[in-house]
Amino acid sequence: MSYLHAGLPKPMPRPDGLDAAYWEAAAQDVLKVQRCNACKGWQWGPEWICHRCLSDDVGFEAVAPTGRIYSYERVWHPVHPALQEQGPYLVALVELPQCDGIRMVGNLLGNPRQAVRIGAAAHAVFEHHADDDPAFTLVQWQLD
Amino acid sequence: MTRSLRGKVAVLGVGETTYYKRGGAPEAEGKLALQAIIAACEDAGISPKSVDGFASFSNDQNDPSRLAAALGIKDLRFANMQWGGGGGGGSAAVGNAAAAIATGMAECVVVFRALAQGQFGRFGQGPRRNAIFGDMAFTAPYGLMSPAQMFAMRVTRFMHDHGVDAAALRAISLASYHHAQNNPRAVMHGRPLDAEKYDASRWIVEPFRLYDCCQENDGAAAMVLVPAERAKETNHRPTYLLSAVSGSHYRAGASAHNTPDYATSCFKTVAPRLYEMAGVKPADVDVLQSYENFTGGVLMSMVEHGFCEPDACNEFFVKENLIAPTGKLPTNTSGGNLAECYMHGLGLNIEAVRQIRGDSTNQVPDADVALVGSGPMVTPVSSSIFGSEATL
Ligand SMILES: [Zn+2]
Repeated sequence: MSYLHAGLPKPMPRPDGLDAAYWEAAAQDVLKVQRCNACKGWQWGPEWICHRCLSDDVGFEAVAPTGRIYSYERVWHPVHPALQEQGPYLVALVELPQCDGIRMVGNLLGNPRQAVRIGAAAHAVFEHHADDDPAFTLVQWQLD
Repeated sequence: MTRSLRGKVAVLGVGETTYYKRGGAPEAEGKLALQAIIAACEDAGISPKSVDGFASFSNDQNDPSRLAAALGIKDLRFANMQWGGGGGGGSAAVGNAAAAIATGMAECVVVFRALAQGQFGRFGQGPRRNAIFGDMAFTAPYGLMSPAQMFAMRVTRFMHDHGVDAAALRAISLASYHHAQNNPRAVMHGRPLDAEKYDASRWIVEPFRLYDCCQENDGAAAMVLVPAERAKETNHRPTYLLSAVSGSHYRAGASAHNTPDYATSCFKTVAPRLYEMAGVKPADVDVLQSYENFTGGVLMSMVEHGFCEPDACNEFFVKENLIAPTGKLPTNTSGGNLAECYMHGLGLNIEAVRQIRGDSTNQVPDADVALVGSGPMVTPVSSSIFGSEATL
């Protein structure tokens, strides 16, 4: 079951392969983000090189799918036809302290009218759309 | 600073078309652009054929070569586009034009922006494609795709960090609407806003209500820049550019909301350079035009330009402080993007010039220094300061 009504643009890996590992992992219920093999620093979103040491030896590594709410928004006004009957929904920005504080964007599952506390602990929930064309997985978040 | 734009360029003329609601323009966007340019040249007392350069921003689609062909310009010497979306280039385009003049690349440059959202698509709508890749793939599928949605989380975090009340955002909107009631050019002229109407308005995305969001409009605006020696060719009070800078902080462009300093309007590194070039301090600013994509962006812009401490917003951001002529810092005195017209903020630069000339419909007495902050929360952003002859 998906959090938002069907019909929004579906995410695809970039044709140049930069973020392919992220999407492939998400389809397997694994959260992977970029880590520099040279300096071991984390980075997100994906870049071709490490922004710290400029090495191009940057890989993807599985991380604990947990974080804390860095910020959030409750959306009311639909800006896409697919959301006309949606009602309010929550978008969260989740910080991963275990990865140099990189942040992930997702929906915050549960009651869309719930009170949200910045700093609250959350964990990832993998929302699969295997039958879509193209198939994809969204990484959603839920308060612990 | 030895290398500086300070005092080297003057604004000889400003002009705009009638401003319309989105879809309301009776003319094509390209014709609106020409009308605004001709109006600015008329105001400057020059022939449009003597213009030799153009500068714009935000991917304006009116190509300078086509404008020059349409206007019969003999010798095009400068054709410039500032990178970046939103209104972040509003002051940068002025700076780029001024730099061309100051360095002898051009003699008379028009800064312009034409925008007919009724004809070429609305900014406030999400993408309609079936599939999407790249940076947007990490946001749009979660229903995060319009500008209001892109910026709301920054503002929420700032309000959380500094204990800012919703009333501070409301004050910014009330001031813009207040000023629009005296400005016949304003689309919201005759449509006043009070606190009750604001509070009753619907949420767009928390913390923004309807009246926290800019309009979507059709129209065009233009400014004519020349070397400072020519400032007195017109009967207007001479108006000089004191500073124009642009940029953004460390990794402001990191994708998927990963800029390290997140709860910012992106002016922290820009504002100090702005003041240094102009040789003025925040306390010297008589009147402010601060780009309202959303009120929260204005609030952070004003903090980062040094007008208010981040933890003092609830005291500073009250309507009385923001309105002309009596407020501590009259802000968005034309009605701005919220209530005059959303011309991607070029209208704010024009209003700053009118304040220095003494021609505003909400004139601040003896305005000698006017500051413009363009396009908060995008990257790069830009700012400009205009001054009277007394400031040189
Ligand atoms: Zn590295």
